Amino acid sequence: MFGKLTWDAIPLGEPIIMYTLAVVGLIGFGGVAAITYKRKWTYLWKEWFTSVDHKRIGVMYIVVALVMLLRGFADALMMRTQQAMASDGSPGYLPPEHYDQIFTAHGVIMIFFMAMPFVVGLMNIVVPLQIGARDVAYPFLNAVSFWLFVSGAVLVNISLGIGEFARTGWVAYPPLSGIAYSPGVGVDYYIWSLQISGIGTLLTGLNFLVTILKMRTTGMTLFRMPVFTWTVLCTSILILAAFPILTATLFMLSLDRYLGMHFFTNELGGNPMMYINLIWAWGHPEVYILILPAFGIFSEVASTFSRKRLFGYYSLVWATIVITVLSFIVWVHHFFTMGAGPNVNAFFGIMTMIIAVPTGVKIFTWLFTMYRGRVRFETPMLWTVGFIVTFSIGGMTGVLLAVPGADFLLHNSLFLIAHFHNVIIGGAVFGYMCGLTYWFPKAFGFKLYDPLGRAAFWCWLVGFYFAFMPSYFLGFMGMTRRLNHFNVPEWRPFLLLEMVGVLIILCGVACQLTQLVVSIRKRHENRDHTGDPWDGRTLEWATASPPPFYNFAEQPVVHGIDAYWGMKERGVKTLIEADFRKIHMPCNTSLGVVIGALSTVLGFALVWHIWWLVIASLLATVAALIARSYDQHTEYYVTAEEVERVETERRQLMAEA
Amino acid sequence: MVKGTSKAARLFGLLMLGIITLQLSGCDMVLFNPKGQVGLEQRNLIILATLLMLLVVVPVMIMALVFSVHYRASNEKARYTPEWSHSRAIEAVVWGVPLIIIIVLGVVTWRSTHALDPYRPLDAAKAPVKVQVIATDWKWLFVYPELGIATVNELAMPVETPVDFRVTSDGAITSFFIPALGGQIYAMAGMQTQLHLIANAPGRYTGIAANYNGPGFSDMHFNALALDQAGFDAWVAKVRSSQRQLDQSRYAQLAKPSVAHLVEHYAAVDAGLFQSLIDKYQGVKRSREVEERLGAPQGQTPQGSKE
Repeated sequence: MFGKLTWDAIPLGEPIIMYTLAVVGLIGFGGVAAITYKRKWTYLWKEWFTSVDHKRIGVMYIVVALVMLLRGFADALMMRTQQAMASDGSPGYLPPEHYDQIFTAHGVIMIFFMAMPFVVGLMNIVVPLQIGARDVAYPFLNAVSFWLFVSGAVLVNISLGIGEFARTGWVAYPPLSGIAYSPGVGVDYYIWSLQISGIGTLLTGLNFLVTILKMRTTGMTLFRMPVFTWTVLCTSILILAAFPILTATLFMLSLDRYLGMHFFTNELGGNPMMYINLIWAWGHPEVYILILPAFGIFSEVASTFSRKRLFGYYSLVWATIVITVLSFIVWVHHFFTMGAGPNVNAFFGIMTMIIAVPTGVKIFTWLFTMYRGRVRFETPMLWTVGFIVTFSIGGMTGVLLAVPGADFLLHNSLFLIAHFHNVIIGGAVFGYMCGLTYWFPKAFGFKLYDPLGRAAFWCWLVGFYFAFMPSYFLGFMGMTRRLNHFNVPEWRPFLLLEMVGVLIILCGVACQLTQLVVSIRKRHENRDHTGDPWDGRTLEWATASPPPFYNFAEQPVVHGIDAYWGMKERGVKTLIEADFRKIHMPCNTSLGVVIGALSTVLGFALVWHIWWLVIASLLATVAALIARSYDQHTEYYVTAEEVERVETERRQLMAEA
Repeated sequence: MVKGTSKAARLFGLLMLGIITLQLSGCDMVLFNPKGQVGLEQRNLIILATLLMLLVVVPVMIMALVFSVHYRASNEKARYTPEWSHSRAIEAVVWGVPLIIIIVLGVVTWRSTHALDPYRPLDAAKAPVKVQVIATDWKWLFVYPELGIATVNELAMPVETPVDFRVTSDGAITSFFIPALGGQIYAMAGMQTQLHLIANAPGRYTGIAANYNGPGFSDMHFNALALDQAGFDAWVAKVRSSQRQLDQSRYAQLAKPSVAHLVEHYAAVDAGLFQSLIDKYQGVKRSREVEERLGAPQGQTPQGSKE
């Protein structure tokens, strides 16, 4: 009846897990109780869960991303504590079978369930506004993408309490991830959570590609688009080209595990090297999927807060395009040590280095945007300068790792760990934090409470250096990654220093959480009625904060780069006062939530081999899609009177402010 | 606002100072203190590449700090050109200089990748010692085909003599790595990878598994002993005196998963053991073909072959 699922799947004998579950349960119960007490369920359901509004979906993405950031960060704290404790040959407090799940979960969560939704959330909030559109091209699909992603995140979290997570490392190399070496359900949770959320990501890529190509307002030619939109365009192309590889690879791995096939096994002609090639053919573009939009954010911020046009717009766009193309021909640098010949290794090494050229160009364009500007060091600008300095170090160590001769020494070492945290935290995460601070007032109509934002920045910056610079040295000292315990006293001071760094970052995270609470309580003091709190340059600042659900009462007409700046300079009014027209908008639908829930059930049933439930949930999903195709009421018109009412209200608010 | 940036500068300075002090305090950085020619060349490559890149990175950092301070909004004296967004000269430099550095580094990479190819036999006066390395869950088995002996978790080699490693795995993928001597190579089932190393100074080094391969991974390390010729001969005699034999049935026992396996010596070993483990996964015919190809005289060896 329940496949492999028995009561033994719940780890009652593991106090650490049970305490965690208890705390999570308490917080969850508290949240549910609070919502019920405040009678907010209907509001949440009607205004958020069933929404197809790109701004609301974007906010929900970021909320889930922040929750998952906490989970991934808790994993990081546990790993750092374990390594600091177990550096003298003692076993520490985490046995390998638990520790190995933690480092796998940390990687999976931080990449797939923190960084990806964070960037997709920012894309959702900003891109349609920046191109003067009313929504994305496929609003319903957007909701489905989001709920598929939530479904994957839910599956990862279920694995904490029912069964186990993979113990394979975040890219799950076979044969270790094959059924012979990992007979448990951990890898199955890994596969299905990534498959389900991966389909969501693929649909998002499709949606944004079409949105950017087809939904731009009058006059917004490709080479007038804001750089953030450009980077999202390139990221969408990367998603469309790369994610099918991940889906196919994981599908083959699941055929190995479920049907006894031999794509990647040791035996019978299986070839694990094939998996390693395929996973990195997706995996390397993936890091550019994460970092390119961050580059876009820094471009917007550097220009806005230097009160100056972006230096070298064309260089920046072409650099982005070059990176997009090159990111597909560098994947072998993740395994120079697999034994490919020197010609192959040298080719991929040199290709990797070439990416450093457009990346370097980007860094210089931001610097020359500041040059002869009037740089206001608001919090987003702090993140930007912090990024430029930190990312340069990460870029340098990355090029070093791209030299095969050097990589033979540094491969899989803590030097590598330091490098990719240097570029992912110092690049992508700093960018997302920057974007969050920058666009928060656009999404909510009030600024984040600044002093805590500054404190968070300094904690993250200083904490990052303490937490990862020692790793570079540990790499030179011969420390390899994923060690559970070891007896090398010389490493200990470095590990303790890293522990301090992680605690400083913890302070930063605490500042950010407090900042959210304080900002919401002080929202009336920090409210922005103008819609343009930073003196912005691009179209998202031309509408109200938060924007009305239809974004623009009348779609703006664009005459150049920095469209809104131009409108301000020419004195073009962004508010219309008469001649309102009806607006065509998509209806809300509960089908996104339904499909997400069914996918969660499907994933769970697949993990535990509950075949009747697999069939039932699949059929239900198909039925839901058929029902949707018969639904005639998926779109409606907002009446001109309604538009007039909303716009008049805003004018009054602006007049009061 | 300026306070912020100068604080950043000061913090950064402190950090750099800390790093330099750590380096000077002589902590044992095994990769910077190599005991073998291969490791030495790889270390020099790391230093050269880093210096080349600092040519760009240092100016970036200086510009980031100088521009932040000089063009801060409160500094009314600084020049302000809000519409200036293009300069051929600057764009030529920001594309050109990194390009030149990458071209130089690219040439260095092409040459060094060939020179440091782990499959390339080392140039040395002495004939290499051959060692077959088998990674099993979670221990290292070393077979000396010319001496007919085998050891577990202990590898000995004479100094100033190249060692020709042939590496495979009888389990998950891991990586064979002696940090003090030079680079690593993956150990994969059904595959044979090659690594050439040399120890230039006698000593007792640590060898590790450098790719996670399951719960016993953290304890999968071995002693790598670099001995003078007399010491090596004595070691071989000691191994031979162990009386134990490693045949297929004994190997089957040994290959069962075990954590932190103790050092073992075998006076005799099944000569076909290493090949049989590869055959096990590849099928006999295919493995023979590979063996014939790899056994071909120098120059005909297919470069880049993974087998």
